[in-house]
Amino acid sequence: MSKLSLITKGFVKDNPTFSLVLGMCPTLATTTSAMNGLEMGLATMFVLILSNIVISLVAPVVPDKVRIPVYIVIIATFVTVLQLLMQAYVPAVYETLGLFIPLIVVNCIVLGRAEAFANKNSVVDSALDGLGIGIGFTMSLTVIGIVREILGSGSVFGWKFIAGDGILAFVMAPGAFLVLGYLMVLFNKFLAKK
Amino acid sequence: MGEYLLIIISAIFVNNILLAQFLGICPFLGVSNKLSTAAGMSGAVCFVITLATVVTYLLNSYVLAPFGLEFLQTISFILVIAALVQMVEIVLKKVSPSLYQALGIFLPLITTNCAVLGVAITVVTKEFAFGGTASHLLNLGEATVYALATSLGYGLAMCLFAGLREHLALNDVPKAFRGLPIALITVSIMAMAFLGFSGMV
Repeated sequence: MSKLSLITKGFVKDNPTFSLVLGMCPTLATTTSAMNGLEMGLATMFVLILSNIVISLVAPVVPDKVRIPVYIVIIATFVTVLQLLMQAYVPAVYETLGLFIPLIVVNCIVLGRAEAFANKNSVVDSALDGLGIGIGFTMSLTVIGIVREILGSGSVFGWKFIAGDGILAFVMAPGAFLVLGYLMVLFNKFLAKK
Repeated sequence: MGEYLLIIISAIFVNNILLAQFLGICPFLGVSNKLSTAAGMSGAVCFVITLATVVTYLLNSYVLAPFGLEFLQTISFILVIAALVQMVEIVLKKVSPSLYQALGIFLPLITTNCAVLGVAITVVTKEFAFGGTASHLLNLGEATVYALATSLGYGLAMCLFAGLREHLALNDVPKAFRGLPIALITVSIMAMAFLGFSGMV
Protein backbone atom coordinates (compact mmCIF):
# COMPACT_ATOMS: atom_id res chain seq x y z
CA MET A 1 0.00 0.00 0.00
CA SER A 2 1.42 3.38 -0.95
CA LYS A 3 2.21 5.92 1.76
CA LEU A 4 -0.38 8.34 0.45
CA SER A 5 -3.21 5.81 0.48
CA LEU A 6 -2.29 4.97 4.10
CA ILE A 7 -3.32 8.50 4.97
CA THR A 8 -6.29 8.90 2.63
CA LYS A 9 -7.97 5.60 3.52
CA GLY A 10 -8.97 7.14 6.84
CA PHE A 11 -10.97 9.86 5.06
CA VAL A 12 -13.76 7.79 3.51
CA LYS A 13 -13.08 4.05 3.22
CA ASP A 14 -11.98 3.51 6.83
CA ASN A 15 -13.57 6.65 8.22
CA PRO A 16 -13.68 5.96 11.98
CA THR A 17 -17.06 7.63 12.54
CA PHE A 18 -19.19 6.80 9.53
CA SER A 19 -17.61 3.62 8.23
CA LEU A 20 -16.03 1.84 11.21
CA VAL A 21 -18.48 3.41 13.73
CA LEU A 22 -15.96 3.68 16.56
CA GLY A 23 -15.53 6.29 19.27
CA MET A 24 -19.18 7.28 19.37
CA CYS A 25 -19.12 8.89 22.83
CA PRO A 26 -16.86 11.87 22.06
CA THR A 27 -18.45 12.10 18.61
CA LEU A 28 -21.87 12.71 20.12
CA ALA A 29 -20.88 14.61 23.22
CA THR A 30 -18.37 17.18 22.03
CA THR A 31 -19.83 18.24 18.68
CA THR A 32 -22.10 20.97 20.06
CA SER A 33 -20.23 23.44 17.84
CA ALA A 34 -17.84 23.16 14.90
CA MET A 35 -14.91 24.44 16.97
CA ASN A 36 -15.46 21.92 19.78
CA GLY A 37 -15.63 19.07 17.28
CA LEU A 38 -12.42 20.22 15.62
CA GLU A 39 -10.58 20.51 18.95
CA MET A 40 -11.73 17.09 20.12
CA GLY A 41 -10.61 15.59 16.80
CA LEU A 42 -7.16 17.15 17.07
CA ALA A 43 -6.76 16.00 20.68
CA THR A 44 -7.61 12.43 19.68
CA MET A 45 -5.27 12.63 16.68
CA PHE A 46 -2.38 13.64 18.98
CA VAL A 47 -2.85 10.54 21.13
CA LEU A 48 -3.52 8.32 18.13
CA ILE A 49 -0.29 9.19 16.28
CA LEU A 50 1.98 8.98 19.34
CA SER A 51 0.49 5.77 20.68
CA ASN A 52 0.63 4.17 17.23
CA ILE A 53 4.34 5.05 16.98
CA VAL A 54 5.24 3.67 20.42
CA ILE A 55 3.08 0.57 20.09
CA SER A 56 4.59 -0.33 16.73
CA LEU A 57 8.03 -0.03 18.38
CA VAL A 58 7.27 -2.18 21.42
CA ALA A 59 4.93 -4.70 19.78
CA PRO A 60 7.70 -7.19 18.81
CA VAL A 61 8.91 -7.55 22.42
CA VAL A 62 5.54 -7.59 24.23
CA PRO A 63 4.20 -11.10 24.96
CA ASP A 64 0.88 -11.69 23.28
CA LYS A 65 -1.01 -12.40 26.50
CA VAL A 66 -0.37 -9.04 28.17
CA ARG A 67 -0.47 -6.87 25.07
CA ILE A 68 -3.83 -5.20 25.78
CA PRO A 69 -2.87 -3.93 29.29
CA VAL A 70 0.47 -2.75 27.87
CA TYR A 71 -1.28 -0.85 25.08
CA ILE A 72 -3.73 0.69 27.52
CA VAL A 73 -0.90 1.93 29.74
CA ILE A 74 0.90 3.44 26.74
CA ILE A 75 -2.28 5.16 25.59
CA ALA A 76 -3.07 6.37 29.12
CA THR A 77 0.44 7.84 29.37
CA PHE A 78 -0.05 9.94 26.25
CA VAL A 79 -3.52 10.99 27.41
CA THR A 80 -2.00 12.21 30.68
CA VAL A 81 0.66 14.12 28.72
CA LEU A 82 -2.12 15.67 26.62
CA GLN A 83 -4.13 16.57 29.74
CA LEU A 84 -1.17 18.37 31.30
CA LEU A 85 -0.28 20.17 28.06
CA MET A 86 -3.87 21.32 27.55
CA GLN A 87 -4.22 22.47 31.15
CA ALA A 88 -1.06 24.53 30.73
CA TYR A 89 -1.57 26.08 27.29
CA VAL A 90 -5.28 25.95 26.41
CA PRO A 91 -7.15 25.79 29.74
CA ALA A 92 -10.37 27.12 28.15
CA VAL A 93 -10.49 24.26 25.66
CA TYR A 94 -9.70 21.78 28.43
CA GLU A 95 -12.66 23.13 30.41
CA THR A 96 -15.08 22.79 27.47
CA LEU A 97 -14.10 19.26 26.49
CA GLY A 98 -13.88 18.28 30.16
CA LEU A 99 -14.36 14.60 30.90
CA PHE A 100 -13.87 13.57 27.30
CA ILE A 101 -10.12 14.29 27.32
CA PRO A 102 -9.30 11.61 29.95
CA LEU A 103 -11.82 9.35 28.21
CA ILE A 104 -9.62 9.22 25.10
CA VAL A 105 -8.00 6.29 26.96
CA VAL A 106 -11.07 4.15 26.37
CA ASN A 107 -11.79 5.50 22.89
CA CYS A 108 -12.06 2.35 20.80
CA ILE A 109 -10.46 4.06 17.81
CA VAL A 110 -7.10 4.34 19.56
CA LEU A 111 -7.03 0.80 20.92
CA GLY A 112 -8.59 -0.46 17.70
CA ARG A 113 -5.79 0.98 15.55
CA ALA A 114 -3.19 -0.42 17.94
CA GLU A 115 -4.71 -3.89 17.60
CA ALA A 116 -5.55 -3.77 13.92
CA PHE A 117 -2.59 -1.89 12.52
CA ALA A 118 0.24 -0.61 14.71
CA ASN A 119 1.24 -3.95 16.24
CA LYS A 120 2.08 -5.50 12.88
CA ASN A 121 3.38 -2.61 10.79
CA SER A 122 6.47 -0.41 10.67
CA VAL A 123 6.86 2.80 12.66
CA VAL A 124 6.45 5.11 9.66
CA ASP A 125 3.38 3.27 8.38
CA SER A 126 1.81 3.29 11.84
CA ALA A 127 2.41 7.02 12.24
CA LEU A 128 0.83 7.67 8.83
CA ASP A 129 -2.10 5.42 9.71
CA GLY A 130 -2.60 7.38 12.95
CA LEU A 131 -2.44 10.63 10.98
CA GLY A 132 -4.96 9.42 8.38
CA ILE A 133 -7.46 8.01 10.83
CA GLY A 134 -6.96 11.10 13.02
CA ILE A 135 -7.73 13.42 10.10
CA GLY A 136 -10.78 11.31 9.18
CA PHE A 137 -12.05 11.50 12.75
CA THR A 138 -11.41 15.25 12.95
CA MET A 139 -13.23 15.83 9.65
CA SER A 140 -16.29 13.83 10.76
CA LEU A 141 -16.45 15.61 14.10
CA THR A 142 -16.09 19.00 12.46
CA VAL A 143 -18.84 18.23 9.92
CA ILE A 144 -21.22 17.05 12.67
CA GLY A 145 -20.25 20.13 14.70
CA ILE A 146 -20.94 22.47 11.75
CA VAL A 147 -24.39 20.98 11.11
CA ARG A 148 -25.36 21.09 14.78
CA GLU A 149 -24.04 24.63 15.19
CA ILE A 150 -25.91 25.91 12.10
CA LEU A 151 -29.20 24.35 13.19
CA GLY A 152 -28.75 24.79 16.91
CA SER A 153 -27.28 28.26 17.29
CA GLY A 154 -27.42 29.73 13.79
CA SER A 155 -23.68 30.21 13.48
CA VAL A 156 -20.60 28.62 11.92
CA PHE A 157 -17.31 28.50 13.88
CA GLY A 158 -18.79 31.15 16.17
CA TRP A 159 -19.78 33.50 13.30
CA LYS A 160 -23.47 34.20 13.81
CA PHE A 161 -25.73 34.70 10.80
CA ILE A 162 -29.17 34.87 12.39
CA ALA A 163 -30.42 36.98 15.25
CA GLY A 164 -31.55 35.13 18.36
CA ASP A 165 -31.40 31.40 19.06
CA GLY A 166 -31.49 28.46 16.71
CA ILE A 167 -33.33 25.21 17.29
CA LEU A 168 -32.05 24.48 20.77
CA ALA A 169 -32.67 20.73 20.55
CA PHE A 170 -29.81 20.36 18.08
CA VAL A 171 -27.29 21.55 20.64
CA MET A 172 -28.75 19.18 23.21
CA ALA A 173 -28.64 15.39 23.35
CA PRO A 174 -31.43 14.46 20.86
CA GLY A 175 -29.86 16.61 18.14
CA ALA A 176 -26.55 14.77 18.48
CA PHE A 177 -28.13 11.39 17.74
CA LEU A 178 -30.37 12.80 15.01
CA VAL A 179 -27.61 14.62 13.10
CA LEU A 180 -25.24 11.64 13.33
CA GLY A 181 -28.02 9.31 12.15
CA TYR A 182 -28.91 11.41 9.11
CA LEU A 183 -25.27 12.11 8.20
CA MET A 184 -24.69 8.36 8.32
CA VAL A 185 -27.60 7.88 5.92
CA LEU A 186 -26.03 10.39 3.49
CA PHE A 187 -22.66 8.70 3.88
CA ASN A 188 -24.14 5.27 3.12
CA LYS A 189 -26.05 6.62 0.16
CA PHE A 190 -23.34 8.64 -1.58
CA LEU A 191 -19.86 7.82 -0.30
CA ALA A 192 -19.66 4.24 0.91
CA LYS A 193 -18.60 1.79 -1.78
CA LYS A 194 -20.36 -1.50 -1.35
CA MET B 1 -32.13 10.89 53.02
CA GLY B 2 -33.83 13.38 50.69
CA GLU B 3 -30.49 14.14 49.13
CA TYR B 4 -29.91 10.48 48.27
CA LEU B 5 -33.33 10.34 46.63
CA LEU B 6 -32.45 13.39 44.54
CA ILE B 7 -29.16 11.82 43.52
CA ILE B 8 -31.01 8.67 42.41
CA ILE B 9 -33.70 10.47 40.39
CA SER B 10 -31.24 12.84 38.80
CA ALA B 11 -28.82 10.05 37.84
CA ILE B 12 -31.46 7.72 36.41
CA PHE B 13 -33.78 10.13 34.61
CA VAL B 14 -32.52 13.70 34.35
CA ASN B 15 -28.85 13.10 33.61
CA ASN B 16 -29.23 9.64 32.13
CA ILE B 17 -25.73 8.41 31.41
CA LEU B 18 -26.54 7.22 27.89
CA LEU B 19 -29.10 9.71 26.69
CA ALA B 20 -27.81 12.91 28.29
CA GLN B 21 -24.14 12.32 29.09
CA PHE B 22 -23.18 10.15 26.10
CA LEU B 23 -21.10 7.65 28.02
CA GLY B 24 -20.95 3.99 27.05
CA ILE B 25 -22.55 4.47 23.63
CA CYS B 26 -20.47 1.80 21.85
CA PRO B 27 -21.82 -1.23 23.78
CA PHE B 28 -25.23 0.50 23.81
CA LEU B 29 -25.37 0.38 20.01
CA GLY B 30 -23.47 -2.88 19.81
CA VAL B 31 -25.42 -5.29 22.01
CA SER B 32 -28.90 -3.78 21.99
CA ASN B 33 -30.20 -6.03 19.22
CA LYS B 34 -31.79 -8.45 21.65
CA LEU B 35 -33.46 -7.71 24.96
CA SER B 36 -31.82 -10.67 26.73
CA THR B 37 -28.26 -9.69 25.78
CA ALA B 38 -29.01 -6.07 26.62
CA ALA B 39 -30.19 -7.10 30.08
CA GLY B 40 -27.07 -9.26 30.59
CA MET B 41 -24.79 -6.41 29.58
CA SER B 42 -26.65 -3.96 31.83
CA GLY B 43 -26.25 -6.30 34.79
CA ALA B 44 -22.53 -6.69 34.23
CA VAL B 45 -22.03 -2.95 33.73
CA CYS B 46 -24.07 -2.14 36.85
CA PHE B 47 -21.90 -4.43 38.94
CA VAL B 48 -18.59 -3.18 37.58
CA ILE B 49 -19.45 0.55 37.66
CA THR B 50 -20.47 0.41 41.32
CA LEU B 51 -17.49 -1.68 42.38
CA ALA B 52 -15.00 0.34 40.31
CA THR B 53 -16.31 3.65 41.62
CA VAL B 54 -15.92 2.58 45.25
CA VAL B 55 -12.39 1.27 44.69
CA THR B 56 -11.18 4.25 42.64
CA TYR B 57 -12.80 6.66 45.11
CA LEU B 58 -10.85 5.09 47.98
CA LEU B 59 -7.68 4.99 45.88
CA ASN B 60 -8.08 8.67 45.07
CA SER B 61 -8.78 9.89 48.59
CA TYR B 62 -6.25 7.70 50.46
CA VAL B 63 -3.38 7.36 47.98
CA LEU B 64 -3.46 9.94 45.20
CA ALA B 65 -4.81 13.03 46.96
CA PRO B 66 -2.57 12.93 50.10
CA PHE B 67 0.54 12.77 47.92
CA GLY B 68 -0.65 15.32 45.35
CA LEU B 69 -0.69 12.74 42.57
CA GLU B 70 -4.08 13.60 41.08
CA PHE B 71 -2.56 13.85 37.62
CA LEU B 72 -2.17 10.06 37.73
CA GLN B 73 -5.96 9.60 38.01
CA THR B 74 -6.53 8.57 34.40
CA ILE B 75 -3.73 6.03 34.23
CA SER B 76 -4.29 4.50 37.68
CA PHE B 77 -8.08 4.35 37.33
CA ILE B 78 -7.96 2.48 34.04
CA LEU B 79 -5.52 -0.02 35.55
CA VAL B 80 -7.78 -0.53 38.55
CA ILE B 81 -10.77 -1.04 36.27
CA ALA B 82 -8.93 -3.51 34.05
CA ALA B 83 -7.70 -5.47 37.08
CA LEU B 84 -11.13 -5.38 38.69
CA VAL B 85 -12.87 -6.69 35.60
CA GLN B 86 -10.35 -9.51 35.41
CA MET B 87 -10.84 -10.29 39.09
CA VAL B 88 -14.64 -10.23 38.87
CA GLU B 89 -14.36 -12.66 35.99
CA ILE B 90 -12.20 -15.09 37.97
CA VAL B 91 -14.34 -14.87 41.12
CA LEU B 92 -17.60 -15.29 39.23
CA LYS B 93 -16.24 -18.31 37.39
CA LYS B 94 -15.52 -20.02 40.73
CA VAL B 95 -18.42 -18.80 42.87
CA SER B 96 -21.35 -18.59 40.50
CA PRO B 97 -20.82 -20.43 37.24
CA SER B 98 -24.39 -19.76 36.15
CA LEU B 99 -24.01 -15.98 36.50
CA TYR B 100 -20.64 -16.25 34.80
CA GLN B 101 -22.31 -18.05 31.91
CA ALA B 102 -24.85 -15.26 31.63
CA LEU B 103 -22.41 -12.34 31.90
CA GLY B 104 -19.28 -14.10 30.67
CA ILE B 105 -18.88 -12.70 27.19
CA PHE B 106 -19.66 -9.14 28.27
CA LEU B 107 -17.15 -8.86 31.09
CA PRO B 108 -13.94 -8.35 29.08
CA LEU B 109 -15.70 -5.71 26.98
CA ILE B 110 -16.46 -3.62 30.02
CA THR B 111 -12.85 -2.47 30.52
CA THR B 112 -13.17 -0.27 27.46
CA ASN B 113 -16.70 0.89 28.28
CA CYS B 114 -16.19 4.58 28.84
CA ALA B 115 -19.10 4.73 31.26
CA VAL B 116 -17.00 2.96 33.90
CA LEU B 117 -14.01 5.31 33.69
CA GLY B 118 -16.37 8.24 33.13
CA VAL B 119 -18.31 7.70 36.35
CA ALA B 120 -15.10 6.99 38.32
CA ILE B 121 -13.57 10.28 37.17
CA THR B 122 -16.80 12.26 37.54
CA VAL B 123 -17.34 11.40 41.20
CA VAL B 124 -13.85 12.50 42.24
CA THR B 125 -13.62 15.68 40.16
CA LYS B 126 -17.08 17.16 39.65
CA GLU B 127 -18.91 19.18 42.25
CA PHE B 128 -22.60 18.43 42.68
CA ALA B 129 -25.43 20.46 44.12
CA PHE B 130 -28.63 18.61 44.93
CA GLY B 131 -31.83 20.24 46.12
CA GLY B 132 -30.41 23.53 47.30
CA THR B 133 -27.33 22.21 49.10
CA ALA B 134 -24.08 24.01 48.39
CA SER B 135 -22.10 22.37 45.58
CA HIS B 136 -19.59 19.93 46.98
CA LEU B 137 -17.58 16.85 46.06
CA LEU B 138 -19.47 13.65 46.86
CA ASN B 139 -18.60 11.64 49.96
CA LEU B 140 -18.18 7.87 49.77
CA GLY B 141 -21.84 7.09 50.51
CA GLU B 142 -23.11 9.58 47.95
CA ALA B 143 -20.59 8.43 45.38
CA THR B 144 -21.72 4.82 45.79
CA VAL B 145 -25.38 5.76 45.46
CA TYR B 146 -24.56 7.93 42.45
CA ALA B 147 -22.67 5.09 40.76
CA LEU B 148 -25.44 2.58 41.45
CA ALA B 149 -28.18 4.91 40.25
CA THR B 150 -26.22 5.88 37.15
CA SER B 151 -25.74 2.26 36.20
CA LEU B 152 -29.45 1.57 36.80
CA GLY B 153 -30.15 4.43 34.40
CA TYR B 154 -27.80 2.75 31.93
CA GLY B 155 -29.73 -0.50 32.28
CA LEU B 156 -33.08 1.26 31.90
CA ALA B 157 -32.12 3.08 28.69
CA MET B 158 -30.42 -0.04 27.33
CA CYS B 159 -33.41 -2.35 27.90
CA LEU B 160 -35.95 0.20 26.62
CA PHE B 161 -33.89 0.66 23.49
CA ALA B 162 -33.40 -3.08 22.97
CA GLY B 163 -37.17 -3.52 23.15
CA LEU B 164 -37.67 -0.83 20.50
CA ARG B 165 -34.97 -2.33 18.33
CA GLU B 166 -36.52 -5.80 18.39
CA HIS B 167 -39.64 -4.28 16.86
CA LEU B 168 -37.59 -2.17 14.46
CA ALA B 169 -35.96 -5.30 13.06
CA LEU B 170 -39.32 -6.50 11.75
CA ASN B 171 -40.02 -3.32 9.81
CA ASP B 172 -39.16 -2.53 6.23
CA VAL B 173 -36.61 0.28 6.43
CA PRO B 174 -35.10 2.10 3.39
CA LYS B 175 -31.73 0.64 2.45
CA ALA B 176 -29.55 3.60 3.43
CA PHE B 177 -31.26 3.77 6.83
CA ARG B 178 -30.78 0.11 7.72
CA GLY B 179 -28.76 -0.81 10.78
CA LEU B 180 -27.21 2.02 12.75
CA PRO B 181 -28.75 5.15 11.15
CA ILE B 182 -32.32 4.18 12.02
CA ALA B 183 -31.13 3.07 15.47
CA LEU B 184 -29.55 6.48 16.06
CA ILE B 185 -32.71 8.27 14.97
CA THR B 186 -34.70 6.09 17.37
CA VAL B 187 -32.31 6.96 20.20
CA SER B 188 -32.74 10.62 19.32
CA ILE B 189 -36.49 10.37 19.89
CA MET B 190 -35.87 8.50 23.16
CA ALA B 191 -33.46 11.23 24.25
CA MET B 192 -36.14 13.79 23.46
CA ALA B 193 -38.55 11.93 25.74
CA PHE B 194 -35.95 11.89 28.51
CA LEU B 195 -35.47 15.67 28.09
CA GLY B 196 -38.95 15.90 29.58
CA PHE B 197 -37.46 14.91 32.94
CA SER B 198 -35.13 17.91 33.03
CA GLY B 199 -36.27 20.47 35.53
CA MET B 200 -37.47 17.72 37.85
CA VAL B 201 -34.40 18.06 40.06
